[in-house]
Amino acid sequence: MIYLELLWGFLKVGFFAFGGAYGAIPLIRDVILSYGWLSDDELTYMIAVSESTPGPIMVNLATYVGSSKAGLSGALLATLAVVLPSFFIILLVMAVLKNAVKNKYVQAVLQGLKPCMIGIVLATGIYMILHNCAADAAPDLKNIAVTAVLFLLFYGSRFALKKKISPILLIVISAAVGIIVF
Amino acid sequence: MNILADLFLTFAKIGSFTFGGGYAMIALIEDACVEKKKWITHDDMMNVAVIAESTPGPIAINCATFVGYRQGGFMGAVAATIGMVLPSFLIIFAVSQFLDHFLEIGWIHSAFMGIKLAVGILILDAGLTMLKKMKKKPFRIAIVIASLAAMMIINVFALHISTITLMVTAAFVSLAAFAAGRGGEAG
Repeated sequence: MIYLELLWGFLKVGFFAFGGAYGAIPLIRDVILSYGWLSDDELTYMIAVSESTPGPIMVNLATYVGSSKAGLSGALLATLAVVLPSFFIILLVMAVLKNAVKNKYVQAVLQGLKPCMIGIVLATGIYMILHNCAADAAPDLKNIAVTAVLFLLFYGSRFALKKKISPILLIVISAAVGIIVF
Repeated sequence: MNILADLFLTFAKIGSFTFGGGYAMIALIEDACVEKKKWITHDDMMNVAVIAESTPGPIAINCATFVGYRQGGFMGAVAATIGMVLPSFLIIFAVSQFLDHFLEIGWIHSAFMGIKLAVGILILDAGLTMLKKMKKKPFRIAIVIASLAAMMIINVFALHISTITLMVTAAFVSLAAFAAGRGGEAG
């Protein structure tokens, strides 16, 4: 049942997505790939599209997956599912558990969750880069070269211009480089 | 204007114009809700940011629900949250109708092959930024390293272990360490 799967899958994402947009990406990847809703490449393209369109990345991904798997009703269901956990948790915190966030046990749980998210996000980034550069254990020289150039631009600009290239600008640059190289 | 309509429109505007999500939105929400509408104070805003960090879900949604509830109770929370979500829902729904056909066009496919490489870098950078902000205590650094290693092993060997399992494990370890009286270290 695709509707039940969408509902359950995105409720999980909504409930465990700590650490903002990028913190949630490993979890979304995990859910989307394990249900086989999108291929790894499709998901990566959609992350870029979500980054380049307004709105929270999680919501954008939920809408896209829901729509591509089950049309408008799928999109509505998946979006609702990803939003509902945080909606009700905030209401709960405001209305009933006013000091929940300060509670020392809640804090102890968060002390474990946040560093864990950081480790997961770092590992996901490293794995994606390595996977692009050497899919199927054979080094992909073109991808390695483009990745190196993007790395140099992204981090080089911080030292040279003391200014961060925004994620959207990096996506635009990488698209231009892609058109030239591939 | 009716407060529900006002909440809906204010957050729909924020939802239409913030790219990249997350922290980029906090500045816009502060501008609209603290400076212009005076719905909440600056202190409230700092408070929401802390709550948003400690609860799951998109930070923008957390903020919308918080401000909406403050101003209009449950219905206010609903109006603000729908306002926040609707613009991106409509845009992405439109995108989903033609993205597949779009990707069949040669040069667009090439562009996305380049973009794919950028996304890995962006995710790694997001992790590094989070790491930089984290207070460096031995206990937390140990959890970062352990989960990084576990996640790499899961990815490389395509193990069927969910990231949720990792997170729940880390939460339990931290809670156990706290309960065992090493709370000072864990905190």
